[in-house]
Amino acid sequence: MTKFIELVVNGLSVGSVYALIALGFVIIFKATEVVNFAHASLLLVGGYITAVFHDDIGFLPALAAGMLTAAVVGMLVEFLVLRRGRTSDHGVLAIVTIGVDILLTTELVRRIGTDVLDLGDPWGSQSVTFAGITIPQTRIAALLVATVLITAFLLAFRYTTWGVAMRAAAEDSETASLMGIKLSRVSLGAWAVAGALAAVAALFLTVFPTPGLDRNTSLVALKAFPAAILGGLDSTTGALVGGLIVGLTESLATGYQDQLHFLGHGLSGVAPYVVMVLILLARPAGLFGTRELTRV
Amino acid sequence: MFESPRWVRISALVAGVALMLLVPFYADTFWMQAGLFAIAAAIGAIGLNLLTGATGQLSLGHAFFLAVGAYGYVYFASESDNHFVGLGLPTPVAAILAVLLAGLVGGIFSPIAGRLKGTYLGIATLALIFIGQHILSNAESVTGSHNGRQVPPLDLGFLVFDDSPELVVANVPLGAFERLWFLALILLVISAWVARGVLRGRPGRALNTIRDHEIAAGVMGVPVARYRAAVFVLSSMYAGLAGVILALVFRQTVPDYFGIILALDYLAMIVIGGLGTVAGAMIGAVFITLLPQVLTRYSDGLPLVAAPGSGGFSPAEAARIIYGAAVVAVVLFLPGGLFGMWTRIRLAVAARRHRAV
Repeated sequence: MTKFIELVVNGLSVGSVYALIALGFVIIFKATEVVNFAHASLLLVGGYITAVFHDDIGFLPALAAGMLTAAVVGMLVEFLVLRRGRTSDHGVLAIVTIGVDILLTTELVRRIGTDVLDLGDPWGSQSVTFAGITIPQTRIAALLVATVLITAFLLAFRYTTWGVAMRAAAEDSETASLMGIKLSRVSLGAWAVAGALAAVAALFLTVFPTPGLDRNTSLVALKAFPAAILGGLDSTTGALVGGLIVGLTESLATGYQDQLHFLGHGLSGVAPYVVMVLILLARPAGLFGTRELTRV
Repeated sequence: MFESPRWVRISALVAGVALMLLVPFYADTFWMQAGLFAIAAAIGAIGLNLLTGATGQLSLGHAFFLAVGAYGYVYFASESDNHFVGLGLPTPVAAILAVLLAGLVGGIFSPIAGRLKGTYLGIATLALIFIGQHILSNAESVTGSHNGRQVPPLDLGFLVFDDSPELVVANVPLGAFERLWFLALILLVISAWVARGVLRGRPGRALNTIRDHEIAAGVMGVPVARYRAAVFVLSSMYAGLAGVILALVFRQTVPDYFGIILALDYLAMIVIGGLGTVAGAMIGAVFITLLPQVLTRYSDGLPLVAAPGSGGFSPAEAARIIYGAAVVAVVLFLPGGLFGMWTRIRLAVAARRHRAV
């Protein structure tokens, strides 16, 4: 039972990090209807900047720099690439983001090389024991930070002018535009927020018990795609639930891999994708996604 | 639309094929192998272009079906021994069965593919890559896990696609690569011809209508679900055939090759070459496959490209950066890809000639 609780807490913590990534993905989709396959590379940008600067300027400023850089890179992608696309076909724009992803990831992986970079977080490998349950400090920090950020985002989304503009644009971009909402600013904002959230996620994906930021971190970040999709691409609630489902699945598959041995080694890597496919079979638009109703 | 006279097109085609048939008599092993990769990629890309380009079904899982073809062939063709299992069928039968198997797996996945649209489908097919990698590394008796498994050479009875027995034509020894080259070329011509027939005929129009407006397609009497499933199966079979050829060229299949990077490569091929056309897929496949090889071969003479590990861009990295940029540039500046650009140039030239007359 202790093991189960530990696994669930771990899963929730990792899941909240996936939720951060998935949330950014969903925000971009809501604001611009573009699926951002370059999301994993934004995350890598943030993590890399944090890793490079933390020795010189300290952990928190480095994290801020990472968030800022990822946000700026996100805005540049929107401004320099997507806005110039001569197509209104969102499928084609999605493929453009794949091109951007190849560019960014190749360059970052080249810089990282075979190193494993430390992000200089203050928690190290200590853990907390409470009522017989041992949880690494990093996991608690991840859960807390993600909860705070997500809450702040949802409040801003609901109550600030920016959030109202964003929701209006997502609801009906043409009408919103006629009402004086600058769509270009809304989508720039979406990319910036998504980049910053991804940079925070980069931190928590690479802290203990993970060894650090390396060339495979972007593959880990890919798990946010099933998170975003199984919750429903256009639903912020869906991103949260999806993130938690993926985190829990992964954690339980790792924890019980001895019992699940018949399914093969490395089950935790593939389990989230299997869960996603099963959920999509039952609900093709995800758990909370808007169903497109058409009748012929 | 402007088209050259029939005799011009046919003689250009004949000249092209004749030129390709001469390649093995002049090219060295490096270029033979690179060329074979390009031909295999062209077949796979034609399949993906039917699915993604012509029908608008985003697939990030093409590499998985290539793996099914490659490993299917190895499984059907190899004899069982202490380590591995296999059926030991005659190799041509194994090759055909491997292509059918890829189609069957595509058919099994098509109920999922049929229910999902756009991005949902794209990311669901991403799952295929990871599930595929999981199976490849765990089903050791079939796939040989990370060490891979040896591929038996194709044996047509009168001709074995291997280095022995020796075969010398016009003083040029024709080894495995040279012999495979002719086979692959024939398969490419057939694949391209079939795909062209599909795209130019009634099914092609139906597929394009599904891409452009699914509801309109349904209203006009196109059985949307059936077509979507059928094109998924067909595209998987193309990938399976490409996988079989790749396995024969590699002679040893390894799971790592069939990962997400390969799947993205295939998407890049059809975008750069031109979405929805056979020629576009082939141009893109040649571009993406040969670019790293060319950069590797001539890295000494190129600025910025350096040997791996020396701090500069390795040829593989340089190639990825170039084609990442090419994907972005093509969508921004060249809708229709390289093939579309070629068509526009021809149209412009024809219009000018027309005015002059």
